Amino acid sequence: MLAYLVRRVLYAIPILIGVNLITFALFFFVNSPDDMARMQLGQKRVTPEAIQKWKEERGYDKPMLFNAGAPGVKKVTDTIFFDKSASMFWFKFGRADDGRDIAHEIRTRMWPSLAITVPSFLLGIVTCVTFALILAFFRATYVDFLGVLLCVAAMSISGLFYIIGGQWLISKLWHLVPISGFGFGFDAWRFVILPVAIGVLAGLGGSIRLYRTLFLEEINKDYVRTARAKGMSESRVLFRHVLHNGLIPVLTGVVVAIPTLFIGSLVYESFFGIPGLGSYTIDAIQSQDFLVVRAMVFLGAVLYIVGLIFTDISYTFADPRVRLQ
Amino acid sequence: MPFKPIILWTDALVFLLVAVVLVTGWYIRRQEHLRAPWRKVARSRYGMCSLVILIVFVAIGFLDSLHYRPRLDGRQTDGKVNYAVEVRSAFDAFVDPLGKRPEKTYSAPLAAYSYAKETIERPDGTQAREFPRLKFGGAHLKDPARDLCADVVRRTVGAIGLAAVLWIVLTMLVAAWLAGARNSDFGRTLSAIIHGATEVPWRAMLLTAGGVLAVALPLAILSTRYHVMGTDKVGQDVFYQVLKSIRTGLVIGTLTTLVMLPFAILLGVMAGYFRGWIDDVIQYIYTTLNSIPGVLLIVAAVLITQAWMDRNPEMFETVSQRADVRLLFLCLILGITSWTGLCRLLRGETLKLRELEYVQAARAFGVSDWRIITRHLVPNVMHIVLITVVMEFSGLVLAEAILSYVGVGVDPSMISFGTMINNARLELARDPMVWWSLAAAFVFMFVLVLCANLFSDSVRDAFDPRVRSGTARRLLGELRLRFQPRGA
Repeated sequence: MLAYLVRRVLYAIPILIGVNLITFALFFFVNSPDDMARMQLGQKRVTPEAIQKWKEERGYDKPMLFNAGAPGVKKVTDTIFFDKSASMFWFKFGRADDGRDIAHEIRTRMWPSLAITVPSFLLGIVTCVTFALILAFFRATYVDFLGVLLCVAAMSISGLFYIIGGQWLISKLWHLVPISGFGFGFDAWRFVILPVAIGVLAGLGGSIRLYRTLFLEEINKDYVRTARAKGMSESRVLFRHVLHNGLIPVLTGVVVAIPTLFIGSLVYESFFGIPGLGSYTIDAIQSQDFLVVRAMVFLGAVLYIVGLIFTDISYTFADPRVRLQ
Repeated sequence: MPFKPIILWTDALVFLLVAVVLVTGWYIRRQEHLRAPWRKVARSRYGMCSLVILIVFVAIGFLDSLHYRPRLDGRQTDGKVNYAVEVRSAFDAFVDPLGKRPEKTYSAPLAAYSYAKETIERPDGTQAREFPRLKFGGAHLKDPARDLCADVVRRTVGAIGLAAVLWIVLTMLVAAWLAGARNSDFGRTLSAIIHGATEVPWRAMLLTAGGVLAVALPLAILSTRYHVMGTDKVGQDVFYQVLKSIRTGLVIGTLTTLVMLPFAILLGVMAGYFRGWIDDVIQYIYTTLNSIPGVLLIVAAVLITQAWMDRNPEMFETVSQRADVRLLFLCLILGITSWTGLCRLLRGETLKLRELEYVQAARAFGVSDWRIITRHLVPNVMHIVLITVVMEFSGLVLAEAILSYVGVGVDPSMISFGTMINNARLELARDPMVWWSLAAAFVFMFVLVLCANLFSDSVRDAFDPRVRSGTARRLLGELRLRFQPRGA
């Protein structure tokens, strides 16, 4: 198990290097520092001196990949790639265009993000599993048919509809909670409750249908028939046997999403005015702050790989037959 | 020539796609073993009903892909003909007045008066603040307050009557065609259709077609005199906008998968067939791409292309060409982020197939690797490809709306569901509320995606050999994909 984990972590390194190279190529070759300077300083009437000064201030005046003029190790380290891109490996993200430290921003902004994503993640799983189990209980009846039809319809509605409709109905028409904003401490619940509820609702259709299929597959297995043959009641069969075994693929399937909860959701945070990492990214996109976007891309990749490792570990816990070696 | 045909990049790809579909369809018709699963699709009631609606959407989208620049009259100097800067499509010409009658600002659906009060000079010289008449909507009415309701009802009833007549003619045509095709007499075929006794669910399909006619004809007829779905902030007709959005949605849903297919098929099959270092390299590539959160990769790539296009404005002759290139880029980028799932599935399937006897036999006979791949492996994984393509479609249409909201979707000058929603999302806060833009965009998007979902379900049921026996692996793959942070 330990050897396996070490191998997985080592295997993650070339992948992260690949991610790093892709983002570096995207942000520095296609869009060279000169272009960035021109964009920051305004498109027209930029003197070459101003560009040079901008580049010097931010450390973009070095060669891209290989500094032939520098001595020794500095040939490699004194370059834009090492300075700006490779440094992300030790989570040194540098400063955003407004001068703030990106790593510090990430540390403070991840809490509002988590306040939204964690409750909607947990509530989402519980609600979807409950409804899926109900549909599985009523399988091959009109309740089941209607439920699946509703699920397909719900899947076909744009996520933006839930957000815009929910804000309008709950906040504008009924004045139950504020439309958007965020407060720290205990006060936060008033702001969190609406995005969480809408997030859960928007994800219901697809997940319920998927989980129902998983449960139905489980229901047709031999051990369930044996349990029924023993004379167990249908509800006991469902909750003791089917739920326990059907949950294995559900849980191991969602484990991969746990680390990425930190990043928050772009759309929800900007609609609800939550000062988390999602709205940070959106702001960076809109002001074309490439360093921030790049940091978020790298962070997202790291978290996704961590999620994959978690998934593998969760298999061993959920299913004792799986051995990692 | 009165116009100059323009083939935009996405148009060319749309034509290519249509050609591919037609050729494949013609080929499948002649191969019994390929026809069998499609017969199963044709028997599915939901699948075929949604297909009827999808065909209407596709027809609108295709007409909207035939672009041209009309000739400008009276500006011919030394025999040179000038063409308008604006690129129009055959669809624009077909619904001609619809796109070209702007009001000043918002107006409600079927309204004759404007949304906002204005200072108007009365004929007797006095001034008053009141709702002015619209330039176009209900302009033929003498006194809208009295006549509007009656006029709308009269036109709607007339349109529905016309729809009923057309529907009966359509039913007769279908019955006649079926009777001719199967050498049966007309009356018996018609009664089989009416009783729902045909193998293909013609009754349900004709009922759907009737429903479509009953909705489309009143809309079309009313739209010649009114703004059926109101106008937006700059006074453009919302009905025209949703119709134009259809093409954008279809292009994103289909071209994205079209551009990614060659990579996914080739790399996936190669990884599974050759194994060894080729497999390692291909796996490395898709794991790396996969581990970048999809939406962020899209954002990064779109930002970059946008910056590149801003720096090279001379490459684009007209605004539409520019918007079109951006749409193409968006499709490419979405394709890059979405081919990995299919590639992984194909690799797994090929790993299994390469051990089967017919592949082993081919190898023993000395058939070249390339020929084994193209002749024996690719045709046998095509069902997975087809299922993925139809399943991806609806997700891509929905993703476009979210991306346009984030600000990395299609060009703001291109009409799409996403830009419509994005422009209209603050309008619910107005007083009186402006709901029509949002409602129209959401309803059309819902119908399109719902039909695509139902149709793709029936295709999957017909083509996936594992649907009946059922294995959790495919579903688990789906589960993982679902929880990848892709937008919301």
